[in-house]
Amino acid sequence: MKPEGLVLINNEGLRTDGRTLNDLRKTEIILGYLKHANGSVYYKQGNTKIVAAVFGPSEAHPRHLALPDRAILRVRYHMAPFSVEERKSPAPTRREVELSMVIRNALEPIVISELFPRTLIDIFIEVIQADGGTRGAGVTAAALALADAGIPLRSLVAACAAGKVDGKVVLDLNDLEDKYGEADMPVAYLPTLNKISLLQMDGKMKVEEFKEALSIAINGCMKLYQAQVGAIRNKYTLEDQG
Amino acid sequence: MSRKTAGRLVVPGEVIVTGNYRAGANTVKISSSVIATRTGLLRMSGNVVSVVALRGFYTPQVGDRVIGVIEDLEGNGWKVDINAPYPAFLPASEIFGRRFDPLRHNLFEKLPLGSVVYAKVRAFDRTQNTLLTLKGPGMGRIEEGILAYITPQKIPRLIGKSGSMIALVKQFTNTKLIVGENGRVVVVSRDKASEERVLAAIKKIDEEAHISGLTERVIEVLRGEA
Repeated sequence: MKPEGLVLINNEGLRTDGRTLNDLRKTEIILGYLKHANGSVYYKQGNTKIVAAVFGPSEAHPRHLALPDRAILRVRYHMAPFSVEERKSPAPTRREVELSMVIRNALEPIVISELFPRTLIDIFIEVIQADGGTRGAGVTAAALALADAGIPLRSLVAACAAGKVDGKVVLDLNDLEDKYGEADMPVAYLPTLNKISLLQMDGKMKVEEFKEALSIAINGCMKLYQAQVGAIRNKYTLEDQG
Repeated sequence: MSRKTAGRLVVPGEVIVTGNYRAGANTVKISSSVIATRTGLLRMSGNVVSVVALRGFYTPQVGDRVIGVIEDLEGNGWKVDINAPYPAFLPASEIFGRRFDPLRHNLFEKLPLGSVVYAKVRAFDRTQNTLLTLKGPGMGRIEEGILAYITPQKIPRLIGKSGSMIALVKQFTNTKLIVGENGRVVVVSRDKASEERVLAAIKKIDEEAHISGLTERVIEVLRGEA
């Protein structure tokens, strides 16, 4: 139930955080955030904060997981107990297990896994603070962490959601809009290959609205892709601050 | 303020060229486009497009000289960690010769767990684990020094053109370096101060190999100025 008096889109067409309908939340990317992982990133999209880390490729353990013709990806999406309003149990929930699989499926097309068969690539996605759109942010962050680890990729992948809030199609829903809006549709897009590797929808939209939502979601992914490329370039060209 | 990279920087998934080009190292050809698969600096030679990677892991190649750490003892040899996705195996006969007898010879005595060896990759393909050999000059157990790490892709910069960078390090600090192509370096030095300077220089090369004027900056570090 939507709380009384909550206005998701005001008369001026602005949303709860002051964005217009087609605005993304502000992103912040720090590559190489962790010392011990082979590749890592800190990724912030609005109030959603994620740390992603990649280990590998390494010898697959347990051995029976290994595939003779390609590397396997093992993704763990996990929300920290303090990432949501009420303490979440640190044990993996049904939702987290499913999202781990969904994110793995979104990442698999970008990794050139045939180059190192029999190995395992571990990807850890830790949600530090959740404010909607964590699976999309997880995909975007994991792609950056894979690039940071030097794992050969066909393309980067960026993901964000579009949906329907107060009867209007909007981009990049935050937690309030996700909870009290009419529909939420995360999309992961591979810009180089012009392919979609994740498309889910929760709620109801008309066919026309779906088409519009898909189109603005892809536009949003393209903007996030530019941010990803910018972050990688910055890491290697900016003057050290220290 | 931005610094000048020694060549065009490409990111994974970036379309480098389209048309009649061949894909070299760290690139892939999808339909008619050559796409970078790793972050790195672009190199074009004729119609071959390749990328000198700035990040990556070590993939063994036959003939590579690597620095390994003994990880486990097996019936007829040692399992060696060579910083690669695949484990390596060093047969006992490499140390004991062809007359190796598991009942008489003690693997642990010769190379206990954790000991460091300088070895050559004898055989490797991705369907079989790496096989190591100790035949060759300087190969065998490394008894002294400390282990340093560098991104394997940057080993050529650490060595320099025909060994110029290594020569520089030796000239300024009077230390001995054993460089493994798997991203491990053993630094053998007489005093703590020069050891620290060499480690700082290795770190500098690791972090700034792609920025123009590397040699001058490494000299500064070796002199203890930076």
